[in-house]
Amino acid sequence: MKQKLQIVVAVLVLVALLAGCAQPAATPAPATQAPTQAPTQAPATQAPTQAPTQAPTQAPTQAPASKEPIKIGVLAPQTGNTAASGQDMINAFQMYWEEHGMQSAGRPIELYVEDTAGNPDTGLTKARLLVEQRKVHFLVGGLVASVGLAIAEYVADTGTPYFIPVIAADDLTQRRRLPNVVRIAGWSSSSTNHPFGEWAAKQGYKTVVTIAEDYAFGHESVGGFVNTFTDNGGKLLAAIWHPLGTMDFSPFLAQIDNYKPDVVFTEQTGGDAVRFVKAWRDLGYDKKYPLLGNQTLLDQSNLRGMGDEAIGLMSTGHFAEGRDSPETKAFVEAFEKRYGLIPSYYAADMYTAARWLDAAIQKINGNVEDSEALLKAVREISFEDTPMGPVKLDEYGGTIFNVYLRKVEKRADGKLWNVVVETWPNISQFYKYNPEEFLKQPVYSRDYLGENWP
Amino acid sequence: MSPTFISMQVLNGITFASLLFLLASGFTFIFGLMRIMNLAHGGFYLLGGYIGITVLVATGNFWLAILSAALGVAIFGVLIERFLLRFVRGKVLPEVLLTVGLSFIIADGCLAIFGGNPRTLPPPKFLAGTVEIGPVTYPWFRLFVVLMAVLIAIALWLLQERTRLGAIVRAGVDDAEMVAALGINIKQIFTMVFFLGAALAGLSGVAGSAVLALYPGVDAEILTYGLVVVIIGGLGSLPGAIVGSLFVGLVDTFGKALFPEISYFTVFAPMAIMLAVRPRGLFGRE
Amino acid sequence: MASWWKYGVIVLLLIAAALVPQGLPTFWISIATEVLIYGLLAMSVNFLGGYGGLVSLGHAGLFGISAYTVGYLVTRMGVNHYVAFLAGVLLTLAVGAIFGGVAIRATGIYFLMITYAEGMVVWGLAYRWAKVTGAENGIRGITRPELFTKGWQYYYVVLVIFVLTIYLMWRVLNSSFGLTLRGIRECEPRMAALGYNVQVHKFLGYMWSAFFAGIAGGLYAYYNRFVSPSTVQLSVSSESVLMMVLGGVGTFFGPLLGSLIIIVGRNMISLYTARWPIIMGTIFVLTVLLAPKGIIGTLSAWWEQRKKVSAGVVEIVEASARKEVGAEGEVRVGTESQS
Repeated sequence: MKQKLQIVVAVLVLVALLAGCAQPAATPAPATQAPTQAPTQAPATQAPTQAPTQAPTQAPTQAPASKEPIKIGVLAPQTGNTAASGQDMINAFQMYWEEHGMQSAGRPIELYVEDTAGNPDTGLTKARLLVEQRKVHFLVGGLVASVGLAIAEYVADTGTPYFIPVIAADDLTQRRRLPNVVRIAGWSSSSTNHPFGEWAAKQGYKTVVTIAEDYAFGHESVGGFVNTFTDNGGKLLAAIWHPLGTMDFSPFLAQIDNYKPDVVFTEQTGGDAVRFVKAWRDLGYDKKYPLLGNQTLLDQSNLRGMGDEAIGLMSTGHFAEGRDSPETKAFVEAFEKRYGLIPSYYAADMYTAARWLDAAIQKINGNVEDSEALLKAVREISFEDTPMGPVKLDEYGGTIFNVYLRKVEKRADGKLWNVVVETWPNISQFYKYNPEEFLKQPVYSRDYLGENWP
Repeated sequence: MSPTFISMQVLNGITFASLLFLLASGFTFIFGLMRIMNLAHGGFYLLGGYIGITVLVATGNFWLAILSAALGVAIFGVLIERFLLRFVRGKVLPEVLLTVGLSFIIADGCLAIFGGNPRTLPPPKFLAGTVEIGPVTYPWFRLFVVLMAVLIAIALWLLQERTRLGAIVRAGVDDAEMVAALGINIKQIFTMVFFLGAALAGLSGVAGSAVLALYPGVDAEILTYGLVVVIIGGLGSLPGAIVGSLFVGLVDTFGKALFPEISYFTVFAPMAIMLAVRPRGLFGRE
Repeated sequence: MASWWKYGVIVLLLIAAALVPQGLPTFWISIATEVLIYGLLAMSVNFLGGYGGLVSLGHAGLFGISAYTVGYLVTRMGVNHYVAFLAGVLLTLAVGAIFGGVAIRATGIYFLMITYAEGMVVWGLAYRWAKVTGAENGIRGITRPELFTKGWQYYYVVLVIFVLTIYLMWRVLNSSFGLTLRGIRECEPRMAALGYNVQVHKFLGYMWSAFFAGIAGGLYAYYNRFVSPSTVQLSVSSESVLMMVLGGVGTFFGPLLGSLIIIVGRNMISLYTARWPIIMGTIFVLTVLLAPKGIIGTLSAWWEQRKKVSAGVVEIVEASARKEVGAEGEVRVGTESQS
């Protein structure tokens, strides 16, 4: 009977494929798998520290570690809307390790790069693949907030250290912080906009209309600006929200005319940023209102796709590729030489994160199997200067760094980049607020932009 | 809602509609004659945009960029039609799946070749800048896009109503077998129609890359809009494409301006209603 | 041929499936779970499309309604896991009734477009209705029932539910309802002429399909413990159709085979290249061009062909033995021999 045949074939193929898949089981010590059967439920130190060779895992940090490779899981979007920024992340991270001989503390470094596609589902699957199949010692990366949140949920179970130099979701180092998720060389969406709001108010602007992408990153970016702007005497006339991937900004820009503010603040990413700046000029708004942008609006990865319409626009960020400092200059030059592109903040953050991890690994003599020690070492590290400037961590796992007031200029060779107009040092995710008071407030959202607080 | 606001939105809506018309007209043309739902049409848009930008950056000549985009995509479309689609002529599911598979290949191929950075096509000098229309300041280039769409709509209508090719196509839509029986090389006609449809998509891509931006993912987004246009307007109908584009363009623009939170639904709701009430669309035939 | 052969093979399959957690590391156990879940989704598409002749490009929407319902009820309202699962399936049926009611008024390509649009509506909702769905952040932290928290434990749950569900599907397909549905796919006017209420049958067919998709969705929510707009995006629908086509449209196990190939393929190939979409697109194109009946479909057609050829040869030999072969070698069909 026909169905019988179908079943036979199905079985044969199934068995063949299963047999093929069963191979991986042979190599990574099935002995360690059988008794526990579920690393996801194992206590925090167990799962990621099961090195393929039974290297001394519980040795104190002073003793020399094994010579087996250190495996790092790198997550970034290589496909999708944010692919270009994701590629910057991977390139910069790789560049650091290659500059340093692909090793740290005498152990070779192995990078396992996986594509998150800017999508939390994919990111989660890849994180599982890296932790459970590749058996990496820790994870680095992710770009989009939703990816970071999904992965954080997963590593909360496994205890794998997860470093987020790019993901800017405020709460990952605030209300939803985890002991094994650390924002090394990273930033949070509102942090670079806190000083901006205050600055704007001090420039004499009394009213603002904000226009931003309607999702968490947009809400938090706007919240940061509005909170301090209103603290310093400013008033929010309206907050305009538009969907991610808006093709046509004209309907949203038109709403601004209803309010006639002193200044307009905007947050945009990827294709939206490019389209927004274009529309701003094309529809004549550059002659009507001054525009202030968040970091991603004028980040180099988007600037590459813009023309003269971007020149003169101001934003704040924790990285400025045109910054006049030896660290930044050296990094920009090396990256440009190698990849033909001026680096974006995505690249700068990952490069600095690599440096950070290198220092931490050396501090614990290469003993990355001991996650606790690694995390402790990471939290103790700080730098006087890096491509993004001086940086250290606060006790919540968030970063303290410089925030730069930047302006877009044309370089001698015709390319656009951000130069520094003013620097505000030592800015943390809480700005001038008391952390405990700040955390009592909800995270920034559409409904809460900090207008009436404190 | 000031007159400025309304006029601005109307102009924006018409600009977006023009873009959609260029895309949807090609799609509906192909469907009308060949009954193929070409889900790779968004990919054609993407390809057209990238070719246009590449040629413009290389030569600085705007007209050359438009021409090569339209022609390039058209040739690509013909190759697909002759060497792939022809083998599954008449079988609905295989045709659709083939085009879906192609859309994956085109999108990922473009990502691999052109990278993932969002790109825009800089308008040529003679079209840069803005013009004052009453209370509104509007970019010349957008008006150019509208003009282009209008001219093409007229050209398509003339083609359909006044030329022999158009007559053959209209006959072929009604009864392809009969047309073949009359000794007309229907296969060649199919190829020509696909050529034209793809060229229109490529043109739409160039225009879109100037008015909006080009990036991985825009192919799926614009295809969705295109499908809404042809569902509302009716598959296979030129007046349907015109009316559908205007409707979607204006509704989407005003919807985004007035109700941004539900901006997807302002477009999907009419589509859902149309599907429930009159599945073949306003001007479609059964 | 005796049917013990058929049952023996099924038993073998079950044993193989049951042994999966013993031989494989946790990552591949979760892949196996995923294969079963998406296999069920693809089989639900096949139920309606392969057997009913109505191919849907929007089943991810039905899948997602169940998944989101489970996610929402468990994380936001603390509902019992089993009750949430039931609620998910019921809500999918409810929405399926509306979607199906609209869709079955069309056939062929129009049906495809309508279901595509319906799928997009669900996606749009998932993306915009932030209060309920969490928008692009999705719903995180879905817990599993206490007995099945570990990966391998949950795998067995999925396996058992999968087997029970497809058994039900098998029974329905071979019931008189199922046969009528297949008849409608073969030739709708004929069935109508025979007095069957075609529209009602199609509608019920859609509802059954939605039911199976809903089960898959609920299983997914507990498997992934995370639901987001990606769960309901267009590519999920088109992949389920691809799985059906790759395995064999209208074959029972075809979609499951397709699911195995696509999911295992995706995970393995992504280890080596980022160009999986091109590869998947190529698989689509090649399948459509070269093996439109799918793997199982093509193999079984080949088998049938061989049987016919060998039966024909046997017949000629027998006929010549009985001296019933004519001058030109033709077989004279008498009352004794049957063809």
